[in-house]
Amino acid sequence: MGIYLPIAEISVNVFVLLAMGAAVGFLSGMFGVGGGFLITPLLIFYNIPPAIAVATGANQVIASSVSGVLSHMKRGTLDFKLGGVLLAGGIIGSTAGIYVFAFLRRLGQLDLFISLLYVVLLGTVGGLMLVESINALRATRSGAAPVLKKSGQHNWIHRLPLKMRFRASKLFVSVIPVLGLGAGIGFLSSIMGVGGGFIMVPALIYLLKVPTNVVIGTSLFQIIFTSAYTTLVHATTNQTVDVVLAFILMAGGVAGAQYGAKAGQRLRGEQLRALLALLVLAVAIRLAIDLFVTPPNLYSLSALGLN
Amino acid sequence: MMAPKAFAAAILLSLLAAAAPAKAQTPLTEGIQIGLSTDNVSITAGFSGADLTIFGSLENPDPLVARQGRYDVIVVLEGPPKPVVVRRKDRVLGVWVNLDSETFENVPMSYSVATTRPLQDITEPNSYKQLSLGASNLYMQPADAGDSPATIEEFTTALRERKAATGLYSENVGGVQFLSQNLFRATVRLAPNVPVGTHKARAFLFKSGLFIKESSAQLEIRKSGFEQSIFRVAHNYSFLYGVFAISLAMLTGWLGRLVFRKD
Repeated sequence: MGIYLPIAEISVNVFVLLAMGAAVGFLSGMFGVGGGFLITPLLIFYNIPPAIAVATGANQVIASSVSGVLSHMKRGTLDFKLGGVLLAGGIIGSTAGIYVFAFLRRLGQLDLFISLLYVVLLGTVGGLMLVESINALRATRSGAAPVLKKSGQHNWIHRLPLKMRFRASKLFVSVIPVLGLGAGIGFLSSIMGVGGGFIMVPALIYLLKVPTNVVIGTSLFQIIFTSAYTTLVHATTNQTVDVVLAFILMAGGVAGAQYGAKAGQRLRGEQLRALLALLVLAVAIRLAIDLFVTPPNLYSLSALGLN
Repeated sequence: MMAPKAFAAAILLSLLAAAAPAKAQTPLTEGIQIGLSTDNVSITAGFSGADLTIFGSLENPDPLVARQGRYDVIVVLEGPPKPVVVRRKDRVLGVWVNLDSETFENVPMSYSVATTRPLQDITEPNSYKQLSLGASNLYMQPADAGDSPATIEEFTTALRERKAATGLYSENVGGVQFLSQNLFRATVRLAPNVPVGTHKARAFLFKSGLFIKESSAQLEIRKSGFEQSIFRVAHNYSFLYGVFAISLAMLTGWLGRLVFRKD
C-alpha cells in the first residue's frame, strides 16, 4: 500500500516502513538502545532525503525512549539529577548542531558529513564493544570469574573541579565531563538524528563509572528531551520533520520493541553486546562502502535552499 | 508500488461545431486548443504517480493534410520553475565528496512530453531549439554566466539526465492520439514525486514539420486536504507542528507501553 509523505513529498510503501520500524524496534528492545542509529541510515537507503531522515529519526526516537523510561521509572533505575545535568549540556550541543546542520546543508556537504560521522562513531563504538564482548565470552567459556570493575579506582575525570553529588548513581563527580558528554551527544543527536544511546551508555559506564543498572534508564530519560528539542528545532528551522513518516515508524517500533525485549531476555549480557557490536559494525561498513566506492551517479540535484 | 491510476482530467472541448466555414476561399490558418476539465489535481495519500489525460482539438484543419497524417501534436506538462543546484562528486583522499556545482535559474521541476510520433520525425532539431521544446532542448539558464561553456554544458547534461532518471522528465512517444480529424487526446505522465504547484500544459501543432501554433492551459497540482494541511502547518506554524510531533511521539510511546507492557 503506497502512502504519500507530505513533507518528504514522495510516495512510499507503508508496509516497508512498518517492517523497518518493527525490525529496528525489535533490536532496540533487545539491546536497550533507541535505534536512531539504525533508522536514519535505513531511511536514507530507502531514498528519503537525508535531511528529512535525520529530523524524523529524532522524532521517532522519542517514542521508543518514552516507553523505555516508563519501565525504568517503575523500577527506580533512573537518576533524575544526573539526567538533568546531561540534559543541560544536551540542549547546548543540540543548538550548536542545528546551526552546523543548516550550514552544511547549504554547502551541499550534509550527506558526506552525516555519513562520515556514522562511519567513525559506529565503527569505533562497534569495534570496541566487539573486542570487549569477545573477551568476556572467552572468559566465561574458560570458566574464569568475570573481572569486576574495581570501585575506588579513579581516572583523570575524577580530579576535575566543580564536583556534584548524584545520589541515585552513588557518584561524586565534577559537572564538567557530565555537561560535556551531554553536549557532545546533543550535537550528534541533531546532526545524525540519533538519540545517542549507543555512545551515552558506554560513556556513562566506562568514563563516569555510573552503575550499569542506572545507566540505561538515565540515558533514555535524557534522550527523550534531547530528541524532543532536536525535533522542535528541526521543525522550526528546517521544516524537515515528517509526522506521517515518524508515526508509521513508531507504530512498527513500539510493537517490535516488546518482542525484542522478550528475545533479549533469553540471551546473556556478553552475547547481546557482541551481537549489537556486529550490528553497529555492519551499519558502519555499509556506509563506509558508499563513501569509497564510485557512486553510480556522480551528479546530484538539490533545490536552492532558502534557509 | 501501485499501478498508476488514470486521472481522467477530461474534456472541455472547444469543439468545432462553429468552426466549419468550408466554403472559404483562402485556406484558414490552423489553430490548436486544449482544455482541462479541472484546473487542479489533488495528490492524495495513495498517490503513486498517475497519467493525466488532456483533450484538445485542431481548428480549421486541412482535411487532406489530416488524412495523410501530416499534422503532429506535441503536448508538454511543465512543472513550476525553480532554481536548482547541480553538484558533482569527486574523489578526495579516496572519499567521494561534492566539489563543483552549478546553479541554474528557472528550471522546470518536471517536464512530461507526449507526442504523436518520435520527436526526431516531427521536425528539425533547430526548430526544437528555437521553441525550447523537449527535455533535451530545454534552455537551462545558468545563474553564473561567467562559467566556461564546457562546464555549463556538462552540468546541463547532468541536470537533464538526473531529472530523467527520477522520472520527472519523461517522454511518451505515441502519447498523443488523434481520435478524429480534429480531436486528439494526450496522455502525460505524472511521476510519484511530481512537484506541487502551478503546472503549465502546452500544446504545439506542427504541419508537415513546420511549427504552426501553440496553446496553453494552467493546471494546479496540489496535495489533497490532509497532506496539504500537514505541509502548510509544518511551514506556517512550525513551532506548534514541532510540539505536535513531540506529543504524538510521547503519546505513542506511552500507549505502546500500556498495550504491550510485560512487567
